[in-house]
Amino acid sequence: MIGERAVLVEFEPEISEKLLEKILFYKKSIEEYYIKVNVEVINTYNSLLIYYISNIENIYNEVLAIEQLLSTPNITKKVNSILFHIPVCYDFEFGLDLEYLASQKECSVEEVIVLHTRPVYTVYFIGFLPGFLYLGGLDKKLHTSRKEQPRMKVEKGAVGIGENQTGIYPKSSPGGWQIIGNSPVDFFDRNIQPPCEIFAGDKVKFYSISRKRFDEIKDEINSGNFQIKKENYEG
Amino acid sequence: MKAEIEVLQPGLFSTIQDLGRYGFLKYGVPLSGSMDTYAAKIGNLILNNPVNVAVLEITQMGPKLQFRAATKIVITGADLSPEINKISVGNNSIHSINSGDILSFGKRKSGCRAYLSISGGFQSSESLKSKSWYEGITEFSKMTKGKSLAFESASVSGLDTHAKVKINSDYLSEKEIQVFPGPEYGYLYEKEKKLLASTQFSVDKKNNRMAIQLQETIQNNLDPIITGPVIPGTIQLTPSGNLIILMRDCQTTGGYPRIFQLSEIAMNIISQKVLGDKIIFKLDSNFIKPGCL
Repeated sequence: MIGERAVLVEFEPEISEKLLEKILFYKKSIEEYYIKVNVEVINTYNSLLIYYISNIENIYNEVLAIEQLLSTPNITKKVNSILFHIPVCYDFEFGLDLEYLASQKECSVEEVIVLHTRPVYTVYFIGFLPGFLYLGGLDKKLHTSRKEQPRMKVEKGAVGIGENQTGIYPKSSPGGWQIIGNSPVDFFDRNIQPPCEIFAGDKVKFYSISRKRFDEIKDEINSGNFQIKKENYEG
Repeated sequence: MKAEIEVLQPGLFSTIQDLGRYGFLKYGVPLSGSMDTYAAKIGNLILNNPVNVAVLEITQMGPKLQFRAATKIVITGADLSPEINKISVGNNSIHSINSGDILSFGKRKSGCRAYLSISGGFQSSESLKSKSWYEGITEFSKMTKGKSLAFESASVSGLDTHAKVKINSDYLSEKEIQVFPGPEYGYLYEKEKKLLASTQFSVDKKNNRMAIQLQETIQNNLDPIITGPVIPGTIQLTPSGNLIILMRDCQTTGGYPRIFQLSEIAMNIISQKVLGDKIIFKLDSNFIKPGCL
Protein backbone atom coordinates (compact mmCIF):
# COMPACT_ATOMS: atom_id res chain seq x y z
CA MET A 1 0.00 0.00 0.00
CA ILE A 2 1.38 3.41 -0.79
CA GLY A 3 -0.47 6.57 0.15
CA GLU A 4 -4.12 7.36 -0.43
CA ARG A 5 -4.25 6.46 -4.08
CA ALA A 6 -2.37 3.29 -4.74
CA VAL A 7 -2.07 -0.33 -3.75
CA LEU A 8 1.31 -1.92 -4.31
CA VAL A 9 1.67 -5.69 -4.60
CA GLU A 10 5.20 -7.02 -4.36
CA PHE A 11 6.37 -10.45 -5.43
CA GLU A 12 9.71 -12.20 -4.90
CA PRO A 13 12.65 -9.83 -5.45
CA GLU A 14 13.91 -11.38 -8.65
CA ILE A 15 13.99 -10.78 -12.38
CA SER A 16 12.71 -13.79 -14.30
CA GLU A 17 10.38 -14.55 -17.16
CA LYS A 18 8.48 -16.99 -14.99
CA LEU A 19 7.71 -14.25 -12.48
CA LEU A 20 6.82 -11.85 -15.32
CA GLU A 21 4.26 -14.35 -16.64
CA LYS A 22 2.74 -14.69 -13.18
CA ILE A 23 2.59 -10.92 -12.69
CA LEU A 24 1.03 -10.35 -16.11
CA PHE A 25 -1.57 -13.00 -15.30
CA TYR A 26 -2.63 -11.18 -12.12
CA LYS A 27 -2.38 -7.81 -13.86
CA LYS A 28 -4.96 -9.00 -16.34
CA SER A 29 -7.34 -10.33 -13.70
CA ILE A 30 -7.05 -7.08 -11.70
CA GLU A 31 -7.68 -5.03 -14.86
CA GLU A 32 -10.74 -7.12 -15.61
CA TYR A 33 -12.03 -6.76 -12.04
CA TYR A 34 -11.66 -2.97 -12.22
CA ILE A 35 -13.01 -2.60 -15.73
CA LYS A 36 -15.74 -0.18 -14.62
CA VAL A 37 -13.60 1.77 -12.16
CA ASN A 38 -10.98 4.38 -12.92
CA VAL A 39 -7.73 2.63 -12.07
CA GLU A 40 -4.44 2.11 -13.81
CA VAL A 41 -2.52 -1.10 -13.34
CA ILE A 42 1.18 -1.16 -14.12
CA ASN A 43 3.78 -3.84 -13.58
CA THR A 44 7.53 -3.81 -13.09
CA TYR A 45 9.92 -6.76 -12.64
CA ASN A 46 8.41 -7.89 -9.35
CA SER A 47 5.55 -5.48 -8.55
CA LEU A 48 2.04 -4.59 -9.54
CA LEU A 49 0.74 -1.10 -8.81
CA ILE A 50 -2.96 -0.32 -8.82
CA TYR A 51 -3.35 3.46 -9.05
CA TYR A 52 -6.74 5.02 -8.33
CA ILE A 53 -7.68 8.26 -10.06
CA SER A 54 -9.19 9.66 -6.86
CA ASN A 55 -8.50 8.93 -3.21
CA ILE A 56 -9.48 5.41 -2.17
CA GLU A 57 -12.69 5.47 -0.14
CA ASN A 58 -12.42 2.20 1.70
CA ILE A 59 -8.92 0.84 1.53
CA TYR A 60 -9.83 -2.38 3.36
CA ASN A 61 -12.39 -3.28 0.69
CA GLU A 62 -9.86 -2.72 -2.06
CA VAL A 63 -7.12 -4.69 -0.34
CA LEU A 64 -9.53 -7.56 0.32
CA ALA A 65 -10.68 -7.63 -3.29
CA ILE A 66 -7.13 -7.62 -4.60
CA GLU A 67 -6.08 -10.24 -2.06
CA GLN A 68 -8.83 -12.46 -3.36
CA LEU A 69 -7.79 -12.04 -6.96
CA LEU A 70 -4.24 -12.90 -5.98
CA SER A 71 -5.27 -16.03 -4.14
CA THR A 72 -6.69 -17.60 -7.28
CA PRO A 73 -4.11 -19.98 -8.74
CA ASN A 74 -2.28 -18.50 -11.67
CA ILE A 75 -2.73 -20.77 -14.60
CA THR A 76 -0.32 -19.10 -16.93
CA LYS A 77 -1.08 -20.35 -20.33
CA LYS A 78 1.65 -19.74 -22.85
CA VAL A 79 0.38 -16.51 -24.29
CA ASN A 80 1.56 -15.72 -27.77
CA SER A 81 3.70 -12.65 -27.70
CA ILE A 82 4.91 -10.59 -30.62
CA LEU A 83 8.54 -10.47 -31.66
CA PHE A 84 9.64 -7.07 -32.96
CA HIS A 85 12.73 -6.81 -35.15
CA ILE A 86 14.41 -3.50 -34.37
CA PRO A 87 17.08 -2.00 -36.66
CA VAL A 88 20.14 -0.55 -34.91
CA CYS A 89 23.05 1.29 -36.53
CA TYR A 90 26.25 0.46 -34.65
CA ASP A 91 28.30 3.06 -36.55
CA PHE A 92 30.95 4.86 -34.46
CA GLU A 93 29.05 8.09 -35.10
CA PHE A 94 26.34 6.75 -32.76
CA GLY A 95 28.23 4.10 -30.79
CA LEU A 96 30.12 6.54 -28.61
CA ASP A 97 31.16 3.87 -26.10
CA LEU A 98 31.54 0.92 -28.51
CA GLU A 99 35.33 0.98 -28.49
CA TYR A 100 35.44 1.43 -24.72
CA LEU A 101 33.13 -1.54 -24.30
CA ALA A 102 35.16 -3.70 -26.68
CA SER A 103 38.40 -2.88 -24.85
CA GLN A 104 36.77 -3.57 -21.47
CA LYS A 105 35.56 -6.92 -22.69
CA GLU A 106 38.80 -7.65 -24.57
CA CYS A 107 36.98 -8.41 -27.78
CA SER A 108 36.39 -6.77 -31.13
CA VAL A 109 33.67 -4.21 -31.84
CA GLU A 110 32.17 -6.74 -34.26
CA GLU A 111 31.89 -9.26 -31.45
CA VAL A 112 30.05 -6.73 -29.26
CA ILE A 113 27.56 -6.22 -32.09
CA VAL A 114 27.10 -9.99 -32.56
CA LEU A 115 26.53 -10.46 -28.81
CA HIS A 116 24.02 -7.62 -28.75
CA THR A 117 22.02 -8.73 -31.82
CA ARG A 118 21.91 -12.45 -30.98
CA PRO A 119 19.45 -12.71 -28.04
CA VAL A 120 15.68 -12.47 -28.12
CA TYR A 121 15.01 -9.89 -25.40
CA THR A 122 11.92 -9.88 -23.20
CA VAL A 123 10.03 -6.62 -22.60
CA TYR A 124 9.38 -6.57 -18.84
CA PHE A 125 7.65 -3.21 -18.73
CA ILE A 126 7.72 0.36 -20.01
CA GLY A 127 8.86 3.04 -17.58
CA PHE A 128 11.30 5.87 -16.87
CA LEU A 129 10.36 7.81 -20.02
CA PRO A 130 7.39 7.47 -22.40
CA GLY A 131 8.20 4.44 -24.56
CA PHE A 132 11.32 3.30 -22.67
CA LEU A 133 11.39 -0.52 -22.76
CA TYR A 134 12.94 -2.42 -19.87
CA LEU A 135 14.55 -5.38 -21.65
CA GLY A 136 15.83 -8.56 -20.06
CA GLY A 137 18.18 -11.09 -21.63
CA LEU A 138 21.41 -9.18 -22.22
CA ASP A 139 24.40 -11.51 -22.79
CA LYS A 140 26.42 -11.76 -19.56
CA LYS A 141 29.59 -10.80 -21.40
CA LEU A 142 28.10 -7.38 -22.18
CA HIS A 143 27.14 -6.49 -18.60
CA THR A 144 28.88 -3.15 -17.96
CA SER A 145 28.60 -0.60 -15.20
CA ARG A 146 27.08 2.79 -15.97
CA LYS A 147 29.29 5.76 -16.83
CA GLU A 148 30.74 7.48 -13.79
CA GLN A 149 29.65 10.85 -15.14
CA PRO A 150 26.26 10.60 -16.82
CA ARG A 151 25.96 12.47 -20.13
CA MET A 152 23.91 15.65 -19.98
CA LYS A 153 22.32 14.66 -23.26
CA VAL A 154 21.88 11.24 -24.81
CA GLU A 155 20.39 11.39 -28.33
CA LYS A 156 16.92 10.14 -29.17
CA GLY A 157 17.15 6.56 -30.39
CA ALA A 158 20.44 5.89 -28.57
CA VAL A 159 20.93 2.21 -27.72
CA GLY A 160 22.70 1.70 -24.43
CA ILE A 161 23.87 -0.80 -21.87
CA GLY A 162 23.67 -0.26 -18.09
CA GLU A 163 24.63 -3.15 -15.79
CA ASN A 164 22.55 -6.16 -16.91
CA GLN A 165 20.08 -4.07 -18.91
CA THR A 166 19.95 -2.79 -22.45
CA GLY A 167 17.50 -0.31 -23.91
CA ILE A 168 16.73 2.50 -26.29
CA TYR A 169 16.23 6.15 -25.31
CA PRO A 170 12.84 7.09 -26.87
CA LYS A 171 13.73 10.79 -26.65
CA SER A 172 16.88 12.71 -25.84
CA SER A 173 17.50 12.91 -22.12
CA PRO A 174 20.35 12.90 -19.61
CA GLY A 175 21.64 9.37 -19.20
CA GLY A 176 24.39 7.23 -17.71
CA TRP A 177 24.33 4.16 -19.90
CA GLN A 178 27.15 3.10 -22.24
CA ILE A 179 25.97 4.07 -25.73
CA ILE A 180 26.66 1.53 -28.49
CA GLY A 181 24.35 2.52 -31.35
CA ASN A 182 21.17 4.24 -32.46
CA SER A 183 17.82 3.02 -33.73
CA PRO A 184 15.93 5.13 -36.29
CA VAL A 185 12.61 3.69 -35.13
CA ASP A 186 10.09 5.67 -33.05
CA PHE A 187 8.91 3.79 -29.99
CA PHE A 188 6.40 6.34 -28.86
CA ASP A 189 4.01 8.38 -30.96
CA ARG A 190 1.51 10.56 -29.15
CA ASN A 191 -0.61 10.75 -32.30
CA ILE A 192 -1.40 7.07 -32.58
CA GLN A 193 -3.48 4.86 -30.33
CA PRO A 194 -1.95 3.14 -28.44
CA PRO A 195 1.06 5.48 -28.41
CA CYS A 196 3.43 2.54 -28.01
CA GLU A 197 2.75 -0.70 -29.87
CA ILE A 198 5.10 -2.85 -27.79
CA PHE A 199 3.74 -4.24 -24.51
CA ALA A 200 5.07 -5.93 -21.40
CA GLY A 201 5.64 -9.58 -22.29
CA ASP A 202 6.54 -8.94 -25.94
CA LYS A 203 9.94 -9.82 -27.45
CA VAL A 204 12.56 -7.72 -29.17
CA LYS A 205 15.49 -8.68 -31.40
CA PHE A 206 17.99 -6.19 -32.80
CA TYR A 207 19.56 -6.32 -36.26
CA SER A 208 22.54 -4.32 -37.45
CA ILE A 209 22.07 -1.77 -40.25
CA SER A 210 24.52 0.42 -42.15
CA ARG A 211 24.80 4.17 -41.76
CA LYS A 212 23.20 4.53 -45.20
CA ARG A 213 20.27 2.27 -44.33
CA PHE A 214 19.77 4.29 -41.12
CA ASP A 215 19.13 7.44 -43.18
CA GLU A 216 16.87 5.54 -45.57
CA ILE A 217 14.74 4.21 -42.71
CA LYS A 218 14.53 7.72 -41.24
CA ASP A 219 13.20 8.94 -44.59
CA GLU A 220 10.78 6.02 -44.84
CA ILE A 221 9.49 6.79 -41.34
CA ASN A 222 9.00 10.46 -42.23
CA SER A 223 7.01 9.55 -45.33
CA GLY A 224 5.04 6.90 -43.45
CA ASN A 225 6.49 3.98 -45.43
CA PHE A 226 8.35 2.10 -42.72
CA GLN A 227 6.88 -0.78 -40.77
CA ILE A 228 8.70 -2.52 -37.93
CA LYS A 229 9.03 -6.21 -38.87
CA LYS A 230 7.03 -8.29 -36.41
CA GLU A 231 5.95 -11.89 -36.06
CA ASN A 232 4.18 -14.12 -33.58
CA TYR A 233 6.55 -15.62 -31.08
CA GLU A 234 6.10 -18.86 -29.25
CA GLY A 235 8.57 -19.45 -26.47
CA MET B 1 -16.15 32.79 -29.40
CA LYS B 2 -12.50 31.83 -29.70
CA ALA B 3 -10.21 34.35 -28.06
CA GLU B 4 -6.56 34.69 -27.16
CA ILE B 5 -4.14 35.92 -24.54
CA GLU B 6 -0.82 37.19 -25.79
CA VAL B 7 2.30 36.46 -23.76
CA LEU B 8 4.18 39.79 -23.48
CA GLN B 9 6.74 38.38 -21.03
CA PRO B 10 6.96 34.69 -20.11
CA GLY B 11 8.08 35.08 -16.46
CA LEU B 12 10.08 32.29 -14.85
CA PHE B 13 8.12 29.16 -15.68
CA SER B 14 4.45 28.74 -16.49
CA THR B 15 2.57 25.78 -17.92
CA ILE B 16 -1.00 24.87 -18.79
CA GLN B 17 -2.27 22.14 -16.47
CA ASP B 18 -5.48 20.25 -15.84
CA LEU B 19 -5.85 17.53 -13.21
CA GLY B 20 -3.65 15.07 -15.05
CA ARG B 21 -3.20 12.51 -17.79
CA TYR B 22 -4.70 9.16 -16.94
CA GLY B 23 -4.56 5.88 -18.80
CA PHE B 24 -0.98 6.03 -20.08
CA LEU B 25 1.16 5.06 -17.09
CA LYS B 26 1.75 1.68 -18.71
CA TYR B 27 3.49 3.42 -21.61
CA GLY B 28 5.76 5.31 -19.23
CA VAL B 29 3.83 8.58 -19.53
CA PRO B 30 3.85 10.73 -16.35
CA LEU B 31 0.52 11.66 -14.70
CA SER B 32 1.26 15.44 -14.75
CA GLY B 33 -1.47 17.90 -13.67
CA SER B 34 -1.44 20.90 -11.34
CA MET B 35 1.13 20.67 -8.53
CA ASP B 36 -1.26 22.26 -6.01
CA THR B 37 -4.59 20.71 -6.91
CA TYR B 38 -6.39 22.58 -4.12
CA ALA B 39 -5.53 26.00 -5.55
CA ALA B 40 -6.26 24.85 -9.11
CA LYS B 41 -9.67 23.47 -8.16
CA ILE B 42 -10.65 26.48 -6.01
CA GLY B 43 -10.05 28.89 -8.91
CA ASN B 44 -12.30 26.87 -11.17
CA LEU B 45 -14.89 26.52 -8.45
CA ILE B 46 -15.09 30.30 -7.90
CA LEU B 47 -15.61 30.79 -11.64
CA ASN B 48 -18.20 28.02 -11.75
CA ASN B 49 -15.99 26.06 -14.16
CA PRO B 50 -15.83 22.26 -14.04
CA VAL B 51 -12.94 21.57 -11.59
CA ASN B 52 -10.81 19.75 -14.14
CA VAL B 53 -10.59 22.43 -16.85
CA ALA B 54 -7.13 23.72 -17.71
CA VAL B 55 -5.51 26.52 -15.70
CA LEU B 56 -2.17 28.30 -15.99
CA GLU B 57 0.34 27.24 -13.33
CA ILE B 58 2.69 30.14 -12.58
CA THR B 59 5.97 29.56 -10.73
CA GLN B 60 7.46 32.25 -8.45
CA MET B 61 7.83 35.02 -11.04
CA GLY B 62 4.71 35.65 -13.03
CA PRO B 63 4.33 36.46 -16.72
CA LYS B 64 2.89 39.57 -18.35
CA LEU B 65 -0.23 38.73 -20.33
CA GLN B 66 -2.52 40.76 -22.54
CA PHE B 67 -6.12 39.68 -23.08
CA ARG B 68 -7.58 40.00 -26.59
CA ALA B 69 -11.18 39.64 -25.44
CA ALA B 70 -13.36 40.15 -22.37
CA THR B 71 -13.57 37.38 -19.79
CA LYS B 72 -13.42 36.68 -16.05
CA ILE B 73 -10.38 35.41 -14.18
CA VAL B 74 -9.40 34.24 -10.70
CA ILE B 75 -5.90 33.89 -9.29
CA THR B 76 -5.34 31.34 -6.50
CA GLY B 77 -2.43 29.70 -4.65
CA ALA B 78 0.75 31.71 -4.12
CA ASP B 79 0.50 35.48 -3.71
CA LEU B 80 2.69 36.85 -6.49
CA SER B 81 1.32 40.43 -6.26
CA PRO B 82 -0.96 40.33 -9.30
CA GLU B 83 -1.88 43.58 -11.05
CA ILE B 84 -4.41 44.34 -13.75
CA ASN B 85 -3.42 47.41 -15.77
CA LYS B 86 -0.91 48.18 -12.99
CA ILE B 87 -3.59 48.22 -10.30
CA SER B 88 -3.06 45.72 -7.53
CA VAL B 89 -5.70 42.97 -7.29
CA GLY B 90 -6.24 40.15 -4.81
CA ASN B 91 -6.22 36.38 -4.98
CA ASN B 92 -9.33 34.21 -4.72
CA SER B 93 -11.80 36.70 -6.17
CA ILE B 94 -13.27 37.25 -9.61
CA HIS B 95 -11.81 39.97 -11.80
CA SER B 96 -13.61 41.12 -14.91
CA ILE B 97 -11.27 41.58 -17.83
CA ASN B 98 -11.81 43.80 -20.85
CA SER B 99 -10.17 43.32 -24.20
CA GLY B 100 -6.69 44.87 -24.08
CA ASP B 101 -6.24 44.51 -20.29
CA ILE B 102 -2.80 43.53 -19.08
CA LEU B 103 -2.24 41.09 -16.21
CA SER B 104 1.20 41.24 -14.62
CA PHE B 105 2.83 40.04 -11.41
CA GLY B 106 5.26 41.58 -8.95
CA LYS B 107 6.98 40.50 -5.79
CA ARG B 108 6.38 37.04 -4.38
CA LYS B 109 4.66 37.46 -1.00
CA SER B 110 3.75 33.87 -0.13
CA GLY B 111 3.84 30.39 -1.65
CA CYS B 112 5.57 29.27 -4.82
CA ARG B 113 2.92 28.51 -7.44
CA ALA B 114 -0.07 30.64 -8.40
CA TYR B 115 -2.93 29.49 -10.63
CA LEU B 116 -4.73 31.58 -13.20
CA SER B 117 -8.21 30.27 -13.92
CA ILE B 118 -10.25 31.69 -16.73
CA SER B 119 -13.94 31.47 -17.44
CA GLY B 120 -14.50 28.22 -19.36
CA GLY B 121 -10.86 27.11 -18.92
CA PHE B 122 -7.86 27.42 -21.23
CA GLN B 123 -8.51 25.83 -24.61
CA SER B 124 -5.07 24.58 -25.61
CA SER B 125 -4.93 21.37 -27.62
CA GLU B 126 -5.31 18.03 -25.89
CA SER B 127 -2.86 15.16 -26.23
CA LEU B 128 -3.44 11.71 -24.74
CA LYS B 129 -6.66 12.89 -23.11
CA SER B 130 -5.13 15.81 -21.22
CA LYS B 131 -4.15 19.43 -21.79
CA SER B 132 -1.29 19.29 -19.26
CA TRP B 133 1.93 20.42 -20.91
CA TYR B 134 4.71 17.85 -20.97
CA GLU B 135 7.67 17.82 -23.33
CA GLY B 136 7.22 15.31 -26.14
CA ILE B 137 3.55 14.75 -25.34
CA THR B 138 1.96 18.15 -25.96
CA GLU B 139 2.80 20.57 -28.74
CA PHE B 140 4.16 23.11 -26.25
CA SER B 141 5.94 22.50 -23.00
CA LYS B 142 6.88 26.00 -21.91
CA MET B 143 5.58 29.49 -22.32
CA THR B 144 7.55 31.85 -24.51
CA LYS B 145 7.27 35.51 -25.43
CA GLY B 146 4.82 36.13 -28.27
CA LYS B 147 2.98 32.87 -27.79
CA SER B 148 -0.77 33.04 -27.50
CA LEU B 149 -3.00 31.08 -25.15
CA ALA B 150 -6.50 30.21 -26.33
CA PHE B 151 -9.66 30.61 -24.30
CA GLU B 152 -13.36 30.80 -24.95
CA SER B 153 -14.73 34.31 -24.51
CA ALA B 154 -18.11 34.26 -22.80
CA SER B 155 -20.56 37.06 -22.19
CA VAL B 156 -19.25 38.82 -19.10
CA SER B 157 -22.58 39.25 -17.40
CA GLY B 158 -25.07 36.63 -16.38
CA LEU B 159 -22.61 34.04 -15.07
CA ASP B 160 -23.69 32.49 -11.84
CA THR B 161 -20.42 32.25 -9.95
CA HIS B 162 -19.53 31.10 -6.47
CA ALA B 163 -18.13 34.43 -5.41
CA LYS B 164 -18.37 33.57 -1.73
CA VAL B 165 -16.33 30.37 -1.57
CA LYS B 166 -14.47 30.29 1.72
CA ILE B 167 -10.77 29.89 1.04
CA ASN B 168 -8.29 28.47 3.50
CA SER B 169 -4.87 29.91 2.72
CA ASP B 170 -3.18 28.71 5.93
CA TYR B 171 -1.69 25.74 4.08
CA LEU B 172 0.64 28.11 2.23
CA SER B 173 2.66 28.50 5.44
CA GLU B 174 2.03 25.02 6.88
CA LYS B 175 5.24 23.20 7.88
CA GLU B 176 3.80 19.83 8.72
CA ILE B 177 3.90 17.29 5.90
CA GLN B 178 1.72 14.22 6.42
CA VAL B 179 3.37 11.07 5.16
CA PHE B 180 2.62 7.37 5.14
CA PRO B 181 5.32 4.69 5.37
CA GLY B 182 6.67 3.76 1.93
CA PRO B 183 7.39 0.20 0.81
CA GLU B 184 11.02 0.34 2.05
CA TYR B 185 10.44 2.41 5.21
CA GLY B 186 10.51 -0.69 7.41
CA TYR B 187 14.08 -1.51 6.38
CA LEU B 188 15.49 1.73 7.85
CA TYR B 189 17.38 1.55 11.17
CA GLU B 190 15.60 3.01 14.21
CA LYS B 191 18.18 5.80 14.33
CA GLU B 192 17.28 6.96 10.82
CA LYS B 193 13.55 6.66 11.52
CA LYS B 194 14.01 8.92 14.56
CA LEU B 195 16.03 11.41 12.52
CA LEU B 196 13.33 11.53 9.86
CA ALA B 197 10.73 12.27 12.52
CA SER B 198 12.73 14.91 14.41
CA THR B 199 14.67 16.79 11.71
CA GLN B 200 13.43 20.07 10.36
CA PHE B 201 14.17 19.73 6.64
CA SER B 202 14.76 22.63 4.21
CA VAL B 203 13.60 22.75 0.62
CA ASP B 204 16.53 22.74 -1.84
CA LYS B 205 16.92 24.80 -5.02
CA LYS B 206 16.28 21.63 -7.03
CA ASN B 207 12.53 22.23 -7.12
CA ASN B 208 10.55 21.56 -10.26
CA ARG B 209 7.52 19.70 -11.55
CA MET B 210 9.40 16.40 -11.55
CA ALA B 211 10.82 16.49 -8.05
CA ILE B 212 11.59 18.60 -4.99
CA GLN B 213 14.82 17.83 -3.19
CA LEU B 214 15.55 18.51 0.48
CA GLN B 215 18.87 19.96 1.71
CA GLU B 216 19.51 17.84 4.80
CA THR B 217 20.71 14.29 4.25
CA ILE B 218 20.31 11.19 6.38
CA GLN B 219 22.48 8.13 6.34
CA ASN B 220 21.26 5.49 3.95
CA ASN B 221 21.75 1.86 4.95
CA LEU B 222 19.34 0.56 2.32
CA ASP B 223 20.28 -1.34 -0.82
CA PRO B 224 18.92 -0.12 -4.13
CA ILE B 225 15.71 -1.93 -5.07
CA ILE B 226 14.88 -3.76 -8.26
CA THR B 227 13.36 -0.98 -10.40
CA GLY B 228 9.77 -0.63 -9.18
CA PRO B 229 6.73 1.68 -9.48
CA VAL B 230 6.83 5.24 -8.13
CA ILE B 231 4.01 7.80 -8.10
CA PRO B 232 3.72 11.52 -7.34
CA GLY B 233 4.35 12.00 -3.62
CA THR B 234 6.80 9.11 -3.28
CA ILE B 235 9.95 10.11 -1.34
CA GLN B 236 13.09 8.37 -2.54
CA LEU B 237 16.26 8.05 -0.48
CA THR B 238 19.35 8.21 -2.73
CA PRO B 239 22.64 6.40 -2.01
CA SER B 240 24.17 9.71 -0.88
CA GLY B 241 21.33 10.19 1.63
CA ASN B 242 19.34 12.84 -0.22
CA LEU B 243 15.57 12.88 0.09
CA ILE B 244 13.79 13.40 -3.23
CA ILE B 245 10.05 14.09 -3.21
CA LEU B 246 8.67 13.00 -6.56
CA MET B 247 6.12 15.43 -7.96
CA ARG B 248 3.44 15.44 -10.68
CA ASP B 249 5.74 15.05 -13.73
CA CYS B 250 7.82 12.29 -12.14
CA GLN B 251 8.96 9.20 -14.00
CA THR B 252 6.80 6.10 -13.56
CA THR B 253 9.45 3.75 -12.18
CA GLY B 254 12.60 4.09 -10.10
CA GLY B 255 15.35 2.17 -8.36
CA TYR B 256 15.89 4.12 -5.12
CA PRO B 257 14.25 2.95 -1.88
CA ARG B 258 10.80 4.52 -1.35
CA ILE B 259 10.65 5.53 2.30
CA PHE B 260 7.58 7.79 2.49
CA GLN B 261 4.44 8.60 0.55
CA LEU B 262 2.92 12.07 0.91
CA SER B 263 -0.79 12.56 1.50
CA GLU B 264 -2.62 14.49 -1.22
CA ILE B 265 -2.86 17.53 1.06
CA ALA B 266 0.87 17.33 1.78
CA MET B 267 1.46 17.40 -2.00
CA ASN B 268 -0.34 20.75 -2.15
CA ILE B 269 1.62 22.10 0.83
CA ILE B 270 5.04 21.08 -0.55
CA SER B 271 4.13 22.52 -3.96
CA GLN B 272 4.01 25.96 -2.34
CA LYS B 273 7.52 25.79 -0.81
CA VAL B 274 10.57 27.66 -2.11
CA LEU B 275 14.31 27.44 -1.44
CA GLY B 276 15.02 27.38 2.31
CA ASP B 277 11.43 26.83 3.48
CA LYS B 278 11.20 24.40 6.40
CA ILE B 279 9.15 21.24 6.66
CA ILE B 280 8.62 18.54 9.29
CA PHE B 281 7.39 15.04 8.49
CA LYS B 282 4.39 13.78 10.40
CA LEU B 283 4.24 10.02 9.95
CA ASP B 284 0.79 8.49 9.95
CA SER B 285 1.53 4.86 10.74
CA ASN B 286 -2.05 4.00 11.67
CA PHE B 287 -2.61 3.92 7.96
CA ILE B 288 -2.71 0.47 6.46
CA LYS B 289 0.72 -1.12 6.84
CA PRO B 290 2.89 -1.95 3.88
CA GLY B 291 3.25 -5.66 3.46
CA CYS B 292 -0.22 -6.47 4.81
CA LEU B 293 -1.06 -8.34 1.64
